[in-house]
Amino acid sequence: MAVINMIEAINQALAGELEHDERVLILGEDVGHAGGVFRATDGLQAKFGERRVIDTPLAESAIIGASIGLAARGLRPVAEIQFLGFIYETMDQLASQAARMRLRTAGRIHLPMVVRSPYGGGVRTPELHSDSLEGLFLHSPGIKVVMPSSPYDAKGLLIAAIRDPDPVLFLEPMKLYRAFKEEVPEDSYTVEIGKAKVVQEGEDLTLITWGAAAPVATAAAKAWQDKHGGSIEVIDLRTIVPMDEEAVVKSVEKTGRAMIVHEAVKSGGAGAEVAAIISEKCMFSLLAPILRVTGFDTPYPAFSVEDDWLPNATRITAAIQEMLSYR
Amino acid sequence: MWIKPEDLTISQVQILNEAGDLVGELPDLTSAKLLDMYRYMVIARAYDERVVRLQRQGRVGTYAPFSGQEAAQVGSAFALEKSDWVFPSYREVPALWVHGVPLVNSLLYTMGHVHGARLPEGVNAFPVQIIIAGQTTQAMGSSLASHYLGDKLVSLCYLGDGATSQGDFHESLNFASVWKLPAIYLIQNNQWAISMPRTRQSGSQTLAQKGLAYGIPGIQVDGNDVLAVYQVTQEAVERARAGEGPSIIEAVTFRMGPHTTSDDPTRYRSAQELETWKQKDPIVRFKRYLLNEKLWDDGKEAALLQEAAEQIEQVVKASEGKPKGTLEESFDYVYESLTHRLREQKAAVAKKEVR
Repeated sequence: MAVINMIEAINQALAGELEHDERVLILGEDVGHAGGVFRATDGLQAKFGERRVIDTPLAESAIIGASIGLAARGLRPVAEIQFLGFIYETMDQLASQAARMRLRTAGRIHLPMVVRSPYGGGVRTPELHSDSLEGLFLHSPGIKVVMPSSPYDAKGLLIAAIRDPDPVLFLEPMKLYRAFKEEVPEDSYTVEIGKAKVVQEGEDLTLITWGAAAPVATAAAKAWQDKHGGSIEVIDLRTIVPMDEEAVVKSVEKTGRAMIVHEAVKSGGAGAEVAAIISEKCMFSLLAPILRVTGFDTPYPAFSVEDDWLPNATRITAAIQEMLSYR
Repeated sequence: MWIKPEDLTISQVQILNEAGDLVGELPDLTSAKLLDMYRYMVIARAYDERVVRLQRQGRVGTYAPFSGQEAAQVGSAFALEKSDWVFPSYREVPALWVHGVPLVNSLLYTMGHVHGARLPEGVNAFPVQIIIAGQTTQAMGSSLASHYLGDKLVSLCYLGDGATSQGDFHESLNFASVWKLPAIYLIQNNQWAISMPRTRQSGSQTLAQKGLAYGIPGIQVDGNDVLAVYQVTQEAVERARAGEGPSIIEAVTFRMGPHTTSDDPTRYRSAQELETWKQKDPIVRFKRYLLNEKLWDDGKEAALLQEAAEQIEQVVKASEGKPKGTLEESFDYVYESLTHRLREQKAAVAKKEVR
């Protein structure tokens, strides 16, 4: 089996779906000739032609509006928004239009469309390129939000997203694009949207995380175990909408302790939703308060200080210690 | 050399003048088709007046009347084939009706019914758009689908004068032009965007010229002249089908009523302006023409008004008689299948639980 990184896995998923389904097409800024600013769509226009892999003029709202029109006509557009920080330009078309279409039309029109977008910090980008904005869409019923953290999951989830009958926002942690490689089957496969992954099993604490924060949180948990013993269960949600409540509840009922690690700002983040689920469904299993280690409640800061803003090993380790020593 | 807007010459296309006299070339339409257009316009007007009364009686929700704009909508919609796509704003009941959306659907929408925006299978139209110009990029996407599929279907996007100020409109024009898409932007310039007059909405002399910078041809037409609107839309449709790209049509018309039933236009526009435009009423003008041509008479008019009243009574009855629908059903239409949480919430609603 080939060992590849996330960007290669995404490219494979897109190529496979273009090959597999004539209705699939790709559109976005610089996705064609240039192959995308991160090369996610590298070589696809050369292989599938300008008709299937479309370089658009520079207007994010129109890219999403066009995708809605395409999807309503039976096609399966995969749009790229070059950086998630630019998604505000599309908020009406995504949250007010795409997400509501099935409900508005009582099922007459549905929109099988995917919006891919790189996000996340730690790569010294200019302003407005690093934000984690999944919370905006958690609050917008009708759109699914998928956030893989590994090459294998990225490929399987992206294929699942393209085949999904509803709009899917597919958020790609840019820091992980080339961070590591793993074995990924060359053939197409899907990873079910809405299912969390137990990264490692444990008994003392449940650490819930996703996307860009997942490898950081997992490494911190492993380091803690190596140094202090004990066992920490790490759950990678992989999908924020719909959220795998069952996996969270099952784990917290077992461990009695829950902490959440994500990159987005703390207030109103998806972590707050996870904490609320735990409070509603398994509060009496809790042995300690639920802790969140997240970005701070500032706009994403200048990159010279971003390492201190992002949830890092120091902050995660301190939280693990606090939770496990709570009496 | 500076390019100056004032150097641009824009003349309005007219076929029937206000007196109903033929001042241009008659489009290729049979007498039956002319009478059909008239019938749609008259019944639509009766519908509009009735729905405003229903709103005053508290039997429907907020409503955006279209009286005065029947020619712009009926004339343009008549230029389409049934397989073409329509992208309406919220004031496009007559255009949607011509394209195959029963009036019951439109009334159910105004009544806030859960199926109000569910258009019948086989009718190629989007539900009405609430967000100003939100439909413009979607219509462009639909025309991109036509381009991709090679099916020659045209996407006709209705918008108002106010919508030409929105970014989505401009983004849509730009994309449609770059790819030479079969999209038609029909701007009903009804002079007012709620309280904002056309002159303060845009510094352009006309809205027809909005496409020029994008490389899109535009035309200004007397929007109260159903034959002229039909004719120019027909030309735009032919261009679109021939792969010659998008068009802009500015149909100059007037919203005779309020923006919606919640609006009071006497606060911002003069009685005199309304009176001036009443003299240009699209239905009166077309009737004069049909009478002159001996295609119409008082007896037929009386019968049509009777038919209109009866048909609308049926529409009101059918709409009010339709079961209200349930909140539970809404959960089924968020995604194709219920998520864990939606299933829980739907069950709670069914059991009338508090959360």
